[in-house]
Amino acid sequence: MLEVNDLRVSYGHIEALHGVSFTVAEGEIVTLIGANGAGKSTTLRALSGLVRARSGQVRFCGKAITAVPAHKIVALGMGHVPEGRRIFANMSVQENLELGAYLGDSRTLAADLEAVFGRFPRLRERRAQLAGTLSGGEQQMLAMGRALMLKPKLLLLDEPSMGLSPLLVQELFETIVEINRRGTTVLLVEQNAAMALDIAHRAYVLETGRVVLSGPAADLQDDPQVRQAYLGGHAV
Amino acid sequence: MVQFIEQVINGLQLGFVYALIALGYTMVYGIIRLINFAHGDVFMIGAFVGYFGFAVWGLPWPVAILVSMAVCAVVGMAIERLAYRPLRAKGAPNIATLITAIGVSLFIEYFTSLKFVFGPNYRVVARPFAVQVFHLGPVSISSVQILVITVVLVLVAGLQYIVYRTKVGKAMRAVSHDRDAARLMGIDVDRVISYTFAIGSALAAAAGVLFALAYPQISPFMGIMPGLKAFTAAVLGGIGSIPGALLGAVLMGQAETLTAAYITTDFRDAIAFGILILVLLLRPAGLLGKAGPEKV
Repeated sequence: MLEVNDLRVSYGHIEALHGVSFTVAEGEIVTLIGANGAGKSTTLRALSGLVRARSGQVRFCGKAITAVPAHKIVALGMGHVPEGRRIFANMSVQENLELGAYLGDSRTLAADLEAVFGRFPRLRERRAQLAGTLSGGEQQMLAMGRALMLKPKLLLLDEPSMGLSPLLVQELFETIVEINRRGTTVLLVEQNAAMALDIAHRAYVLETGRVVLSGPAADLQDDPQVRQAYLGGHAV
Repeated sequence: MVQFIEQVINGLQLGFVYALIALGYTMVYGIIRLINFAHGDVFMIGAFVGYFGFAVWGLPWPVAILVSMAVCAVVGMAIERLAYRPLRAKGAPNIATLITAIGVSLFIEYFTSLKFVFGPNYRVVARPFAVQVFHLGPVSISSVQILVITVVLVLVAGLQYIVYRTKVGKAMRAVSHDRDAARLMGIDVDRVISYTFAIGSALAAAAGVLFALAYPQISPFMGIMPGLKAFTAAVLGGIGSIPGALLGAVLMGQAETLTAAYITTDFRDAIAFGILILVLLLRPAGLLGKAGPEKV
């Protein structure tokens, strides 16, 4: 579904990604893990068109998208929940969700809203409330709900667990698995590598703008190098 | 007392015209963080097109206003497309765009001063209707004042509807709040910016026609002072805020008119701008603006 080949991105004269390659197949949960500054968020931002790749190819559902503007990539079926959630704080919960369906068919809006409210009942309770007044966990639900309004084929999640309590993180990851089970492919970027590897099928490890390791998530969980660097533990 | 009420009505008329111009400044600022210094010149073009409409082409005045709004909407979009978008696409610093805006302003003023465009001289506007004066008890109010106030109220209500009730308005608010997040919703940011210029310029055009009807003398440089005052009003109210622009403009109109009536006409502008300085010293973000660091 997604093929990334030798992707390079620069900010000014500084190259942030030095040729990143990976693939995501339909139905998978794939996770990119790595330390702060490894280039995980930049990779997602390049996929959804928020930053331009300097070179390299991205193919999404068979279509080259490196030169496609961000708003058209959304239309192709890629949803992106950005780092820090980036909800529209001064608008109501419902308005945020309606913006998620900006490109959608207005005739299915009510049904799509219902579907999201079904998945996140808390959002229904707070539909008229200003989004900026929600708790961190609710804001994350809203950001995900907003991206799901268009029923994307591929959902990019950037650090969804950031700033949430362990209990909420647990709940959030169950939701991600559930969304995946219902047919949405997921590309997950996480600093919480242990949780990410728990739910992912495959994983790539990024270090300073390069993929240094990849494989089935279960294998990486047992990899001594990964355990040492990202799981904060010692080999059992 | 009667004189005071009449002066307040005069101030309301002036403030309402400023409000229409100030809305364009504040909307454009809200969406691309640019003070569009060419905005006062769009107001001037609006006044001329309206004048040609009712005085030369013989259109009924409401139609002349609509024609002027349509022409200026296109002018505003063209300015954005030709002057500002190329800079934005290259990631130019804000100061470069600001200087470009000043350049666009000077270009419009001197280009329209050419003999084959509007010409450099003042023109006296013959009103398309006779001015009637109505008496509400001892207070008199003219048909021009009623016209200006009514048209502004209708347009502001229309703007309110567009911004809060339509899809375009929702997209405008989203872009203004967080441009990248708006792009992730599938919003074509360039198009939304274009619409914003169109709407702001159309309002400035209407202001221009109303201004020409109320103070019937027009010239290619007529946009400078009202533009500056409206910009001041937008900053006074809190730039980026639509209610702020309205409040700031009404206050500016009152300050100017009441100073002229009760102190001296010479101090009119000094007092108006003095208020601005005072308010910004006390509330740097303006009366209804949100505090926060801001780069020009």
